[in-house]
Amino acid sequence: MAFEYAPAPESRSIVDIKPSYGLFIDGEFVDGRGSSFKTINPATEETLAEIAEASEADVDLAVRAARRAFRGWSRMSGKERAKYLFRIARIIQERGRELAVLESIDNGKPIKESRDVDVPVVAAHFFYYAGWADKLSYAGLGPDPQPLGVAGQVIPWNFPLLMLAWKVAPALACGNTVVLKPAETTPLTALLFAEICQQADLPPGVVNIVTGAGTTGQAVVSHPDVDKVAFTGSTDVGKAIARAVAGSDKKVTLELGGKAANIVFDDAPMDQAIEGIVGGIFFNQGHVCCAGSRLLVQESVADEVLARLKRRMGTLRVGDPLDKNTDVGAINSAEQLARIRELSDIGESEGAERWAPECALPSSGFWFPPTVFTGVTQAHRIAREEVFGPVLSVLTFRTPAEAVEKANNTPYGLSAGVWTEKGSRILHMASQLRAGVVWANTFNKFDPASPFGGYKESGYGREGGRQGLAAYLKGADL
Amino acid sequence: MARIDVRKTYKLYIGGAFPRSESGYSYEVTDSKGKFVANASLASRKDVRDAVVAARKAAPGWAGRTAYNRGQVLYRIAEVMEDRRPQFEEAVRQSEGVSAAAARGQVDAAVDRLVWYAGWADKLAQVIGNANPVAGPFFNHTAPEATGVVGVLAPQSSSLLGLVSVVAPVIVTGNVAVVVSSYARPLPAVTFSEVLATSDVPGGVVNILTGDATALGPWLAAHMDVNAIDLAGVAGSPELATSLEVAAADNLKRVRRAPDAEPDWTAEPGLAAMTAFVEQKTVWHPIGI
Repeated sequence: MAFEYAPAPESRSIVDIKPSYGLFIDGEFVDGRGSSFKTINPATEETLAEIAEASEADVDLAVRAARRAFRGWSRMSGKERAKYLFRIARIIQERGRELAVLESIDNGKPIKESRDVDVPVVAAHFFYYAGWADKLSYAGLGPDPQPLGVAGQVIPWNFPLLMLAWKVAPALACGNTVVLKPAETTPLTALLFAEICQQADLPPGVVNIVTGAGTTGQAVVSHPDVDKVAFTGSTDVGKAIARAVAGSDKKVTLELGGKAANIVFDDAPMDQAIEGIVGGIFFNQGHVCCAGSRLLVQESVADEVLARLKRRMGTLRVGDPLDKNTDVGAINSAEQLARIRELSDIGESEGAERWAPECALPSSGFWFPPTVFTGVTQAHRIAREEVFGPVLSVLTFRTPAEAVEKANNTPYGLSAGVWTEKGSRILHMASQLRAGVVWANTFNKFDPASPFGGYKESGYGREGGRQGLAAYLKGADL
Repeated sequence: MARIDVRKTYKLYIGGAFPRSESGYSYEVTDSKGKFVANASLASRKDVRDAVVAARKAAPGWAGRTAYNRGQVLYRIAEVMEDRRPQFEEAVRQSEGVSAAAARGQVDAAVDRLVWYAGWADKLAQVIGNANPVAGPFFNHTAPEATGVVGVLAPQSSSLLGLVSVVAPVIVTGNVAVVVSSYARPLPAVTFSEVLATSDVPGGVVNILTGDATALGPWLAAHMDVNAIDLAGVAGSPELATSLEVAAADNLKRVRRAPDAEPDWTAEPGLAAMTAFVEQKTVWHPIGI
């Protein structure tokens, strides 16, 4: 049975969205020389603001500003750089509510996630790397590690501010300056972050934010004066970047797609496992590169797991992202919704059985109900391709060896989950799974101290932790 | 009357066996003065594919060995090489045209390098991995693992020390290797493969192909079951190196870029040759009662 909840909307009066935004270059907001585009609220389709689309010339200006700023920023003592980062972390906490509301409006994610996960982890990330800025020589990366220079960073729309933090915090701590391009559909929190940099009196040019779409991103990563490219997004674009930087001296980290197996053994702690499966795929509408999108369940408990999973899915509340009771928010864009619909339809036409709980979806905006496919085989496209939506494929296995085989049967290798009460089996599975992050009896946990990144076609390099520093230092070994 | 010596046939080393190239081709290897020494097998793209199959088959077993055991095996390679120092000295002298003393220095350094890497087997994870103090009740640690099948274009000039310096760091962490030797100086590599075959290195862990890196490199770089590639052997050919890096992007191979010129292999290697071919894995588990 489902409980009835009265609406509990978070007020959006705390945010002040301007009608239009320019680019943040050299410490100032400036008009772009290119055209502009609109960013909308995916839950209502209302236009939120007009955003400048940075042209190649704009990107060049930003890179030049970053290059000029690099001289001073890289020579500043780590102790002083650290204090700027601590300031930024504090301002993020002070303006946390505003950031969370703005993120939910622009992205469509539930306020309880932006408020309780995204923004706190963003602040934590700046705190964590602030502390490294004056301790780099203790990081095991050489006696006097040096920054790379200007970092060109391109981030996705699923965790707009969090991905910014993952990119900007370690880059700045190591003494680099950055030119960052937020995703086309979610530029607003990055632009608010620019304001935070101003409030922190961060020296001009240390952080530059150029909004735009793919062309702008291309200009950022292929700019000849960019020393470091950091990208989070699709595997296809990641490969294009790897080709574009071939033969250059640019250092690259790529955090790309995934098709994670979430493996449930018959002796799993069942209540936690069901919550873990649900959180693994429906957190952030499934717009998560490390989402547990393939449930591998041991045959002997498959019926029980499915029954409990469906019952739990029936209690998920889909709707207004700003409602504090909402579990699943809006799909980020019409384009993404079309992609999810297409792959789900293919799932059905290839013979898998589709199920979703009955739930009323709002009439405007982009929505997709939490969905599960059973009878899925390894050859089905919904078991191979990243849906990047609230769509779970269920497969079964009999032995641990079969689970490993199926889990690793993917070109991706970002994350994996294991649910069992047997300790030795956890460690065995963790060692056999070809994935950069293994969550055992938990899922979708993130922490600035914990390195994150993939094997195989999920990309290379690590973000977070001591390992995350290596991506932003010369010749660093990790 | 002088005894007629028995000459060795120089063959490929794939999956622990010594086949000729399936193509049937061989090429003349000369010494530094241009005098004929031997015919070496000219590896084909099919040989590359066969070697990748052999390597993939050997990968789980090798990665599954204990680090201590891998260290023992690498040390064993050094022991067997030490035993055959005169043969390697002659091969290096002949190939590289250096003095006997210089050749001896190269061989000594190659043996010592194996010993150095052998010791890393059970230490690298302690140096580059760590526990992560996350903000919650979780056990969380990060440690390196092997990347998988690594394609290695071995250096063109340094026929033995250079070869050992790119192969040892790949296998010590549990990777398996498909190696293309120096084209003009392949004979020390063939002798090295004979050492590998008698050093407890499981067949398929190291596969050595004599042949042309410029011809074989594109096949190795584009092979979808190869996880990483070291471009050392195309140092000084930036256009080729770039095209190989582009091909490697098809399955996002980890690429160790070619330097502008072949480096001084006697220099302290550092960790880079090992860390280029490991994956850091982070494991989480809740803490509770």
